[in-house]
Amino acid sequence: MDFKFQNVDEDFRSEVVNFVDTKLPWNWKKCDLDPEDEKDSVLVGQFKSKLADKGWLTMAWPEEYGGQSASHMRQVVFNEEMAYRGISAGDAGVRMVGPILMLYGTEDQKNDFLPKIAKAEINWSQGYSEPDAGSDLASVQTRAVEDGDDFIVTGSKIWNSAHADSDWMFMLARTDTDAPKHRGISFLLTELKDVEGVTIEKIPMMWNAYRGLATFDNVKVPRKNLIGEQNRGWYVGAALLDFERSGVDRPARARRILEELISFCRENKKNSRPLSDDPIIRKELADLSVQIETARLMCYNVAWMQSQDMIPNKEASITKVYGTEMLNRLYTLGMKIMGLYGQLGPGSKLAPMDGRIENAWLRSFGGMVAAGTSEIQRNIIATRGLGLPRG
Amino acid sequence: MDLGLTETQQMLRNSARDFLVAECSTDYVRDMENDHRGYSPEMWTKMSEQGWQGLMIPEIYGGVEFDFQDLTILLEEMGRYMVPGPFFSTVVLSSMAIMESGSEQQKQEYLPQIADGQLIVTFALTEPSAGWGPKDVSLRAADNGSGYTLNGTKLFVPNGHVSDLIIVVARTGQHKEDISLFVCPTQTEGITHTLLNTIASDRQSEVVFKNVSLPYDSLLGDLETGWDIVSKVLQWGTVGKCAEMVGGAQQVLDMTVEYAKQRTQFGRPIGTFQAIQHHCANMATDVEGSRYVTYQAAWMLSERLECSKQVASAKAWVSDAYQRICALGHQSHGAIGFTKEHDMQLFSRRAKAAEVFFGDTDYHLEIVAKSLNL
Repeated sequence: MDFKFQNVDEDFRSEVVNFVDTKLPWNWKKCDLDPEDEKDSVLVGQFKSKLADKGWLTMAWPEEYGGQSASHMRQVVFNEEMAYRGISAGDAGVRMVGPILMLYGTEDQKNDFLPKIAKAEINWSQGYSEPDAGSDLASVQTRAVEDGDDFIVTGSKIWNSAHADSDWMFMLARTDTDAPKHRGISFLLTELKDVEGVTIEKIPMMWNAYRGLATFDNVKVPRKNLIGEQNRGWYVGAALLDFERSGVDRPARARRILEELISFCRENKKNSRPLSDDPIIRKELADLSVQIETARLMCYNVAWMQSQDMIPNKEASITKVYGTEMLNRLYTLGMKIMGLYGQLGPGSKLAPMDGRIENAWLRSFGGMVAAGTSEIQRNIIATRGLGLPRG
Repeated sequence: MDLGLTETQQMLRNSARDFLVAECSTDYVRDMENDHRGYSPEMWTKMSEQGWQGLMIPEIYGGVEFDFQDLTILLEEMGRYMVPGPFFSTVVLSSMAIMESGSEQQKQEYLPQIADGQLIVTFALTEPSAGWGPKDVSLRAADNGSGYTLNGTKLFVPNGHVSDLIIVVARTGQHKEDISLFVCPTQTEGITHTLLNTIASDRQSEVVFKNVSLPYDSLLGDLETGWDIVSKVLQWGTVGKCAEMVGGAQQVLDMTVEYAKQRTQFGRPIGTFQAIQHHCANMATDVEGSRYVTYQAAWMLSERLECSKQVASAKAWVSDAYQRICALGHQSHGAIGFTKEHDMQLFSRRAKAAEVFFGDTDYHLEIVAKSLNL
């Protein structure tokens, strides 16, 4: 047993840190950017291109597709340092569309898309959730009807980044309404810009950013954009290339916020004493520190399991639930520490820490719902992980 | 980064499990709850034949010379099977204190006997003040010209009544950390044991020292610098206790999942209800966290890295997590889990004792707070 990273990975960590400090087009110490927010997506896109130039964007891809076949622990190091600095280098093309094409795409499809994805030249939007299909994703109703060499697509996709200058959407659409629900779904790629029948709306979210609602009204999608076999889309979409899925970005992010909260408590007073003298605040900050450390180690274990070709079904769900709920507790503590001042959000006079805690607290509720709600994850831990019988 | 067990550790775990399944049933555990000694000398001998008492003792003193991480793998199994008796105090606390600070003569005298199961030793630190710091030690050892005279009371001393030796933490000077350690034969005149009635049904005593005379060579380590050894013993004890708790916690989870599959109500196994599924998922999360935060601390102690923050983090986390696990275990088992006949309450009572030993969550969170420059 060894809790140290290998020297080559630690050297890589230094390289990443140095690169970010010199090349990032915004001050990470002052603000966090949201790639799904159209205000921020231009700057995020610029940085993604720089990462692509370094070969880091696709580091987890196999070498035969231009990647570095980076080890899981190497990916963990990269993701940790990015997340600590509030940088989301996540790219749906790199993480989802690319791998799916590698596994299921034709040679033409791979040639058309993979090089552009690797250079971050396409902005992808994930067309999975619908107004009536959230946790029950397999119940998607967006219809794709065969019409000669095309599919005619009608339906809506919600909670995505379509509004933020997206070029393409990858979607799950129903191509067979008679088959059992999982077996009537196809995986399609569709252009979004200047396409007849596509309407994109911005849905304002409580954290003052938007999510997209994309409506398709008899949109023509060429058959060559079908990935994998027709009606096998559910299984195509579930394919995961072997990216590390530890969720280590959450404790990494949390560690940075904790450091800022500790500084805040040392620098600010209540009743003439620094907040850091208050025994309740001391205990709660220490408790979060322990939670963050424990989360970090559980995440390392997920990546380590993957590196040993073990499948971390239960462990990955555990880190997702734990990490998102822990972040919510952390930001809740931050708001508590700030008291009345916690109300002041970004842009307000006198907002502590530029209002980032207020904004992050609001967003942290989303984390416990997106990418598999905590309830669904707990079901998975119990049934797939512990072997409890399904209801 | 390698979070797997070595081949040796895997073998140690497997053989420990095989041994304990055969030798340490919950019936045995129940019997020992009512037994005066609290453990079976026959089993103690068998454990020494497995090499367990000497697991960390150097080969030149008759041990197997494994490392602390290996010991925690064994302790995890012992926690899973709730092994009663003086193993923890003899091996984790006392033998480590002797290895760390004993004179060559003391090592040669005591370690081989500990390794082959001949000597049972306990470590008496806590007093009625019920704290874990030097200021909580009032028992005095005064130089009487031909040795030391000990006066005072130790409380919550594990297995004192069956120990051959007690390592006593005593105050020998005026300043807060003027602490020294003495190796004291239990039969020395002036020592009185009173067994306490404890929630974990373990054998803890109040031990009163009245004018107990010890020769100079009973001093373990150097005069007045005993707290350095105590600090180390506390770190090993804390993480060792966490390891036991991880083993127990895993067993509680396994038991609860098994019960949820078997027990039916409303025409179906209760494990099909989401409430029970979510309890089990929460328990699994707590077990997972407990395991890795403990393993990290154990690894750092094995590597002799500075790790007071990680040790404190481990105990703070595991103390609370094991309580949550037992509470949900009880909730999932319903009334049957409260009966003495059922195993669930064997674990929850021991979990409570483990929570408060070597410092509870609040104690350790303050250590973490200080390490964060708060």
